[in-house]
Amino acid sequence: MLGILASIIDGLLVGLVYGLAAMGLTLIWGVMDVINLTHGAMIVAGMFALYWLTSALGLSAYAALPPVMIGGFCAGILLYWIALHRMIGRPPLMSLLSTFSVNLVLIGVGTALWGTALFNVEVSVPGLSLGRYTFPGPHILAAVLAAVIACLLYLFLHYTRLGKAIRAVANNREAAELVAIPTTRVLALSVGIGVALAGVSGVLIGTLFPFTLLSGDAYQLKAFIVTVLGGLGNPVGALIGGVALGLLEGVVAPFVPVSWTLVIEFTLFVVVLIAFPGGVFASRRGAL
Amino acid sequence: MVRQPFFWIISAVIAIFAILPVLGNNVELRESLILAALYITLASNLNLMLGYAGYINFGSIVFFGLGGYICVWLVNAHAWPLAASLLAAAISVSLLALLFGLGILRLRGAFFALATIGINEAVQAFVENFGPWGGSSGIYLSQAVFQPLGGPAQALWVIYFMMVATMGFSLYLSYAIKTSKFGLGLLAIGQNEDAAAILGVPTPLYKALVYSASAFLPAIAGGLYFLKSAFIQPSDAFDLTLSTEVIVIIMLGGQGTITGVALGAYLYEELRGFLLTSETFSNFQLVVAGVLLLLIVQFFPGGLMGFIYRRLPWTQKVFE
Repeated sequence: MLGILASIIDGLLVGLVYGLAAMGLTLIWGVMDVINLTHGAMIVAGMFALYWLTSALGLSAYAALPPVMIGGFCAGILLYWIALHRMIGRPPLMSLLSTFSVNLVLIGVGTALWGTALFNVEVSVPGLSLGRYTFPGPHILAAVLAAVIACLLYLFLHYTRLGKAIRAVANNREAAELVAIPTTRVLALSVGIGVALAGVSGVLIGTLFPFTLLSGDAYQLKAFIVTVLGGLGNPVGALIGGVALGLLEGVVAPFVPVSWTLVIEFTLFVVVLIAFPGGVFASRRGAL
Repeated sequence: MVRQPFFWIISAVIAIFAILPVLGNNVELRESLILAALYITLASNLNLMLGYAGYINFGSIVFFGLGGYICVWLVNAHAWPLAASLLAAAISVSLLALLFGLGILRLRGAFFALATIGINEAVQAFVENFGPWGGSSGIYLSQAVFQPLGGPAQALWVIYFMMVATMGFSLYLSYAIKTSKFGLGLLAIGQNEDAAAILGVPTPLYKALVYSASAFLPAIAGGLYFLKSAFIQPSDAFDLTLSTEVIVIIMLGGQGTITGVALGAYLYEELRGFLLTSETFSNFQLVVAGVLLLLIVQFFPGGLMGFIYRRLPWTQKVFE
C-alpha cells in the first residue's frame, strides 16, 4: 500500500516538471497558433547547458537556471525572427514545417558535433524519508521549482502590463493591434518566454534523469500529451495535465515493463486527442 | 485520362526506369534508381494527403514500416509466396489506416499532425515489444526464400521491376485522383475545409479514404524494400528520417503537383548521394535537408513547380 502511495507521490513530483516542460509549448501555441516543433530540441539544449555549466564551470545545478533562462529567451527571439515571423497569416501547415525544419537543423548539428552518448549530471540534495521509502531530493526540489516558476508565469500573465498584452494578443490579434499593442514585439517576446521555459524545464529534467541528444523527442511528445490533457494554450491546464501524466506514469510503473509505458502514453495521447480535442481540463478555449 | 499527354509522360518515365538498368546489366544504376523509385512512391502517396488535402502526416513512414513487417513476417514465418504477402501487407495496412483515419481525421490541421507523430511513436514502441516480430532485434530472412524467383541475384531484379511498377501505380493514382471528383473534393478541403463541407463535400469520409489510399502503395514499397535487404528492425522500419525526407521532397518539388514531387524525389536522391559521399557533408545530411526545407517554406512555398509555372505558364497545361 505504502509502495503505491510512494509511486503516486513520485509521479506527482515528476508530473510538475512535465507540466513546466509543456508550459512553453502551450504558451506559444496559445499566443500565435503555432506548434513549436523545436520544443524538444530546446529542452535538450537546456540539458546540455546544464551539463556544460556544471562540469566545465563548476556551477551548482540550480545556479544554471538563470543563464539558461536568459539564453533560452534570446534563442526564442531568434527563432521567432528566423522561422515564425514570415509565417503569420500563412496556412498552419507552413509554420509546422518551418519549426520542424529548424528542429532538423538543431538536432542534425548536435548529433554531428557531439554524438548521441548518454550524459548524466550528479546532483546531491538530501532526500526525504517516509517509512521505508526515500524520495530523492532532486525530485522534490525540481517539483518545487517547477511550481514556483509556473506561479510566477501566472502572475506575470495576469498582473503585469506586458502579460496582459500577451493575453490580449492570444485572445484576438487584430483587436489587440487596434488598441495599440505592438503585436510583433509581443509575439517575439512570447516565443522567447516559451523557449526559455523549455530550457528551464530541460535543466530540471537533466537533474532527474540521464539524457542523450535525442531525449528531446520523448519529452516533446510528453509535452504534447500534457498540452492535450490540459487544453492547448492554457499554462495552468498544462500544470494539471503534467501532474495527471506524472501520476499515470507513477501508478503504471510498478505493474508494466518500462518499455510499454511509451505505448500506453501515446495510445492515451491519441485517444484523448480524439475524445477531447479541446483538452480534458480546459473549460473553454483561449483560457490564457 | 488516357487521351491526356500527361498520361503518356508518366508512362514514358516508367519505361525509362524499367529499361535503363537492363541495358548493359547496370547493377549500380539499378540500386540508385530503386531508391529514386522508392522516394517517388513515398512522396507521391504522402502528396495525396499533404498536397491535395492540406493535411500534414509526420508519420507517413508507419505505412512503409508496417507493410515491410507484415510482408517479411508472412514470408519468414508462414512461407507465403512473395506476391501474396505483398498484397496481404498492403491490404491490411490500408484497412488499418482506414480505421486510424476514421478516428484521427476528425482532428483538424495541427491536431492531426500531432496525432500522426503519436501514432508513429506508438506503433514503433509496440513493434519493439511485440514478440512474434522479433522485438527490437527484428527479423532476418534466409536466402532460401528467393529460390522461387531463381536465386538472390535474379530476385533483386524482380524486386526492382516490382518497385518500378509500384512507383508507376503511385503516379497513375496521383493523376487519377487529381482529375476525379474525389480529387476536386480533396483540393477543396485543402483550400478551406469549412467551405468544402458546406458545399457538400463529405469531408470526414474523403479524408479517411485518402488516408487509407495513401497507405496502400507505400506498404508494398516497404515490403519490397525489406525483402531486398532481407532484414527488418524497428529503427529502420520506422525511421523518422525517411518521413522527414519525404516531406522535404514534396516541398522541394511543389506540393500538390505530380511532376514536381517526382522531380523533387529524383533531385533529392541525387543530392543525398552527393552528400553521403562528400567528406564535409556526410554527417550533416539532415542539416542540409533542414536548411533546404526552411528556405523553401520561408521563401518559395510553391517549390520547383511553382517557380516553373510562373516562368512558363504553358507548362501548367501539360505537367500536372
